[in-house]
Amino acid sequence: MPVEPPIEVPRTLVEAFDVLASAPHRPIAGGTDVMVQISGEIGPPPDRMIDLWRLQELRGIRLADGVLAIGALETYTDIRRSALCRELVPALVEAAATIGAAQIQNRGTLGGNIANASPAGDTLPVLLALDATIVVGSQRGERSIPAADFWIAYRRTALEPDELVLRVLVPPPVGREIRFRKIGTRRAQAISKVVMALAWRPGADADGDGDGGAWRDVRLGLGSVAERPIRAAKTEAVLEGARPTTETADRAAETLAGEIQPIDDVRSTADYRRVVAARVLHRLIRDAGGW
Amino acid sequence: MNIRMLVNGAPAEIDVPGSRRLLDVLREDLGLTGTKEGCGEGECGACSVILDGQLVDACLVPISQVDGATVRTVEGLARRRAGEADRELDELQAAFLAAGGAQCGICTPGMLMAARAYIDGGGGPDEEAIREAIAGNLCRCTGYTKIVEAIAMAAGRPAV
Repeated sequence: MPVEPPIEVPRTLVEAFDVLASAPHRPIAGGTDVMVQISGEIGPPPDRMIDLWRLQELRGIRLADGVLAIGALETYTDIRRSALCRELVPALVEAAATIGAAQIQNRGTLGGNIANASPAGDTLPVLLALDATIVVGSQRGERSIPAADFWIAYRRTALEPDELVLRVLVPPPVGREIRFRKIGTRRAQAISKVVMALAWRPGADADGDGDGGAWRDVRLGLGSVAERPIRAAKTEAVLEGARPTTETADRAAETLAGEIQPIDDVRSTADYRRVVAARVLHRLIRDAGGW
Repeated sequence: MNIRMLVNGAPAEIDVPGSRRLLDVLREDLGLTGTKEGCGEGECGACSVILDGQLVDACLVPISQVDGATVRTVEGLARRRAGEADRELDELQAAFLAAGGAQCGICTPGMLMAARAYIDGGGGPDEEAIREAIAGNLCRCTGYTKIVEAIAMAAGRPAV
């Protein structure tokens, strides 16, 4: 049988903060990442754990002043079923639907995806493209971290050892378009080879040719193409202020291929990822331009 | 950690480390070996059980999260018949038998539980929906066609 590290089971967030202030504990929510480490299959198992599953403070999906707040313990199934998420952040719903299969979606949580900090975490490019804010907390209080500053290195986050992810805030997506695309070996149970979310604010179609006007506030989030989930700043700069034309798509795709630093690993190769990321972006721009 | 739960309708109480996997509690502590361990990392679905109405991989659930919960395993599918020693098969089990939905058998308990959760959730005989519902369950014999057929039968598709 796997190792069975001691596990604290706080009933309230205050209790959880106390436990984390006393000594480092590995947080566990739905267990879809941490329980695999218990089996000793990947790296050393944690010495001590803290079970967050009963913390009601970390549940709930709410809209307040136009800002969508998603509790860290909301599962992928919760997100798929949430009327608010379906209406306001369909790309996040789409990402949740591509993770694992029913067994994983019923247990895996948004907060877990964020804290686990896998470069292949499927919701993370969406959070980057949505300009989401991650609210974290400890005994010392709460603080808000923009998604773009959260994943700082390979599997490393801006979280202090005593901090927990509490919720995610998504600003009003009014007037913004967003597209999500995941490339994996099969539709279910696949870890991404490339995962991408592209958001923009379409301008008015000044010349009336149907391809829309210049894009503003362009955000391009990517997973599995670097040591952490990233925004492709150079490619965003190419798209900012541009119209979704053939020339724009060519230039953006070429920039992206040069900007990312994918690696060869068991799931794919650097070359494949570079080519596919560029093609997927090209396709998204083409679809948006309607050509 | 003291854990009380309902397993297949019967109360169970055990005292085990809170980080023990639900899978190990079922197989080792409660002797319910119908639930199989395949990969132990949430890829294969062989250990699928229904926890508070939701399909989960028992290898990924620490028992600390099962206190006060309801667990349904493959042993809980067949119904007892009053005054008789044997049990009446669940319609899914009967359909797997009729359609030849079991080959080597290792994936079968997990497939049955995934199918049970699907039908309990209102799922019908639509093939694509069934395939999505069992996408987290691998059959190394690759006998998916007859498994899908069995689930469609149990979900109400008229026999051809």
